[in-house]
Amino acid sequence: MTGAGYASAPNFVRRPDMPNAESKSSLIMPGEATSSCWSCGTMRTMHFCCACGKVQPAVPVDYFTFFGFSRKLDLDTSVLEKEFYALSRRLHPDVFAQSETQERAWSLEQSSMLNDAYRTLKDPVKRTEYLLRLEGVELEEQSKQATEKARATGELKKQVVPADLLEEVFELNMHLEELRMQKKLGEDDPAMLEEIGKAKLSLEEKYDALFNELKSEWRKWDKAVDSGTEKERLAIRDTMVDVLNRRNYIRNLVRDVNEALEST
Amino acid sequence: MATDHIVGIDLGTTNSLVAYMQGDAPAVIPGEDGLNLVPSVVALDEKNQVIVGNAARRYLIETPERAVYSVKRLMGRGVEDIREELKLFPFRLADDLQAGEVLRIKIGERTYTPPEISALVLRQLKRNAERFFGAPVTKAVITVPAYFNDAQRQATKDAGRIAGLDVLRLVNEPTAASLAYGLDKKKHGVVAVYDLGGGTFDISILKLHDGIFEVVATNGDTHLGGDDIDNLLITIALDDIRGDLGLDVRRNGEVVARIRKAVIEAKIALSSKSSAKLEVELPGGKRYQREITREAFEQLLQPIIDRTVGPCKQALKDAGLKPVQIDEVVLVGGSTRIPKVRQLVQDLFQRVPHTDLNPDEVVALGAAVQANILGGGSEVTKEMLLLDVTPLSLGIEVAGGVTDKIILRNSTIPASATQYYTTQVDGQTNVAIHVLQGERELARDCRSLARFDLKGVPPMPAGLPRIEVKFLIDANGILRVSAREQRSGKEAEIDVQPSYGLTDEQVENMLLASFDYAEEDFRQRQVIEARREAETILAALAKAKKSEAWQELTSDERRKIETLDKALAAVKDGDDYQAIRQAIDALNQGTMRLAELMMDSAVSTALKGKAMDDTGIEEGQQAGHPVAKAEFE
Repeated sequence: MTGAGYASAPNFVRRPDMPNAESKSSLIMPGEATSSCWSCGTMRTMHFCCACGKVQPAVPVDYFTFFGFSRKLDLDTSVLEKEFYALSRRLHPDVFAQSETQERAWSLEQSSMLNDAYRTLKDPVKRTEYLLRLEGVELEEQSKQATEKARATGELKKQVVPADLLEEVFELNMHLEELRMQKKLGEDDPAMLEEIGKAKLSLEEKYDALFNELKSEWRKWDKAVDSGTEKERLAIRDTMVDVLNRRNYIRNLVRDVNEALEST
Repeated sequence: MATDHIVGIDLGTTNSLVAYMQGDAPAVIPGEDGLNLVPSVVALDEKNQVIVGNAARRYLIETPERAVYSVKRLMGRGVEDIREELKLFPFRLADDLQAGEVLRIKIGERTYTPPEISALVLRQLKRNAERFFGAPVTKAVITVPAYFNDAQRQATKDAGRIAGLDVLRLVNEPTAASLAYGLDKKKHGVVAVYDLGGGTFDISILKLHDGIFEVVATNGDTHLGGDDIDNLLITIALDDIRGDLGLDVRRNGEVVARIRKAVIEAKIALSSKSSAKLEVELPGGKRYQREITREAFEQLLQPIIDRTVGPCKQALKDAGLKPVQIDEVVLVGGSTRIPKVRQLVQDLFQRVPHTDLNPDEVVALGAAVQANILGGGSEVTKEMLLLDVTPLSLGIEVAGGVTDKIILRNSTIPASATQYYTTQVDGQTNVAIHVLQGERELARDCRSLARFDLKGVPPMPAGLPRIEVKFLIDANGILRVSAREQRSGKEAEIDVQPSYGLTDEQVENMLLASFDYAEEDFRQRQVIEARREAETILAALAKAKKSEAWQELTSDERRKIETLDKALAAVKDGDDYQAIRQAIDALNQGTMRLAELMMDSAVSTALKGKAMDDTGIEEGQQAGHPVAKAEFE
C-alpha cells in the first residue's frame, strides 16, 4: 500500500477555505462551465468536456450541484436514480482501465463523489440533514463535540426533551424505572408491560407523523427557494431542524425502550 | 498481431482457474494436462524445483512437509490470527519468525510468504494462458472473496505483482459469478449469490437491470468452507484410529494426508450416494475402515453449514429485502454440490436454487467477462457495468479506544470520507491515525488495517493546523489515504505501516527473487517468439509463391523450398525451441535465391517509377532477408 495515492491531488483539488467547501459553491450553477478542458482547451462543464468528452478533474461542489439539481428537497428519487446510473456508466473506474494515469485518478475521485452524493441524496433524512449542513446548521444530535465530550467525561449526553413530549417522556421513564426494579426482584408485571407497549406505539405513531411533517416542510422550502425571502427560508430551515431533532429524540427513546424490554 | 490478452483468474482456496472471453462467451483455458482446474497446491521436489497444481498433489501425501495447500486461508493474516488454522492444517511456520513480521511458511527447507506461494500458482496459470495464446500475458483480473478485508485484498494484489501480472482489478467472487450468470442481457431482477468454497463463504445480493450489476449487500465468513468439513471428518477418523486401534497418528504427516484424501473422496461420493467407505492404510500394516452414511454425514455437517445462515440473514436485512423478494439464487463453489447445502439454501430463500452453471468454473468465467469489460468491452459486454460495495465498515480509532465509523459497510465503491485533524502540542509535526475495519464499537474488537503517520505538518501552535485527511476505498475495495494541511496547502507525507502485509519494498525484492523462476518463463518466451518468427516467414513465403520470382526458380529449387516449408510448419507449434530455430534457419538458407530474385524485381520496378508498396515489400527493411520481413495482411 503506497502512501499518497494522490500524487496528482495538489493539481486539481481547489483548496477550500471554509469547513465545508460545498457551502460556497452555490455560485456554480448546474451545467455551468468552470474552467477549460485539459485535453482540448474548450470550456468544460461539470464532469466531462462538452467538446471532446474527456473526463475532468472533480470540482468540490455540493452534492446537489454534482447531479445538476437545484437545492430542493422534494426530490424525485427515480430521476435521481436514473441520473446516478447514467453518470456511473461514464465515470466508473472500469471505463478508464486502459486510460492514462491522470484520467484514472480523476475518474476515481469523480465516482467516489458520485457514490457519496447518491447515498446522501437518496435517503430523505440524510438529504435533509445534508442541506441543513450546507445552510450552516449542525443538528443537535450530530454535534460531534457533544458526543466526544460525553465520551470523555462519561456523562450522558444531554438531549433536550421536546416540549410537547415532556409529560409522555416523564411517565415512560417512570414505567421503565419500575420495570427495572421489578426485574431485579424477579417479578413480573404484565400490566406494566402493556402500558409501556402502548406508550411505545404512540411514540412510533408520532415518529411517522413527523416524517410527514418533514415532507410538507420540504415543499415549503422548495417554493421558498424559487420565490421566497431570506427570512422565509430561514424560518422553514429552523422548522426542519426542529422536526428532525424531535424525530431523532423519539427514535433514541424507542430504542432505549426496546433495549429495556428485550432484557426481560 | 498479438493484442493484449487480459485474462480472468479465480485464485481459489482449493482450485484455481484462468479464463478469457472467447467471442460471445467466456471460456476456461486448460493446463498442459488438458484440465481446467489447477489445484492450489505448491510443492518442492527433491531438487527444490517448484511444482504447482495436479503434479504437486502427490507430494501432499508422499512428502507433506515439502508441499502446501489452502494457502488462501493465510493471506493478509498475522501469526496471532492463524493459531486456530495451525491446529487444523499442516502449515509449518518459519523457525525464525518474529512477532509482528509477515507470516512465512516452510516448504521443505525454504520459507515463503503466503503471497509468494499464491504467486507461484498465478505464475502457473499465466503460463497456461501464454501457451494457449502463443503470446505473453501480463494483465489480469483476479477474484477475491467479497468478505475479504483490506489486508487480504492487498496480499492478493501483491501475489499478482510477484507473479509478473498487472492486476487491473480485484473482483468479488459472487459479483464475478453474477456476471457469468447475467451475461444474457435480458437477465433482470434481484439475485442472491451463495458462494461456499474451500475456505471462504460469501453471500451477495445484487440488482440486475439494463446490464448494470449492482451489489446491494454482502456478507460472509472468510474462515468457513469445504476445508472445515474435511477437518471435521479427519478429526473423527483420527479419534477412531486412536480409540479402536490404539494408534495416535496425529503427528504423522503422511498418514494424516492419506486420511484427508480419503475423507475428501468420501465427501464427494456422498453427494450422489447414500453411503461411502473410508479406507486408509496405516503404519504397521494396519488399516482403518469405516462406513459413513449420508445421514450421519449430514448430521456432522449441520453445525458448519448453519454458520452460513447468520450472514445470509444479515445481508437480507442490510438490503432491506425479504427472501420472497429474491428472484433467483445462484450457487457457487464446490461445496454447494452437497445436497444438504442445497436444501439449506432452498429453505432459506424459499426457492429452488439455480444450478445450471458449473460451480467450480463460474467465478473464473465471470472474471473473464470483467477482463473483457476492462479491455474496452465487446458487443456482448458493452452495456455492462459492475457496481460493487465494501463489505466492512471503515473506522478510525478515537479517544477511549472507540471506533468512529467513517465509511459504512455496503457503501458502493469507490467511496470516500474526509476527516479533519489538528495537533495537541505546539510545534507538533506528526499526526498518527489508526484505521480499522469492522462493525464493532471498540477498536480492539475490529480488524486493524494500518497505522498512518502523517508527517511534514508545518510547526504551528497546538490546535491551529487543519489537516484534511481523505480516505478513499477504490474499485478494488482497497483503502488509499491522502492528507493536506489546509492553512499551508502542504501535502502531508504519509508513512504506512500495514498491520498484516508486505511493504512495497518487500514486494519489489520478491519480484527480483522470483527471477529464479524466470528461467522457465524465459524458455517459454523463446519458444513463443520463435514460433511467431516462423509464422511470419511462412506467411511471407506463401505470398512469395505467387510472385513472378517464384516462377523463375527451377522446379528442383521449388521442391527443396517446399520441403523446408513443410518441415518448419511441422515443428512450429511444438515446444522444442531448437527445432523451430533450426527449421527457420534452414528455410532462410533455402530461400536466399528466391529473395534475391524478388529484390531484383523490386529494384527494377522501383527504377521504372512504380511505388515500392505495390510490390508488397516493406521500405526500410533490415538487410538480409526481404522475404522474411515483407508485410502481409
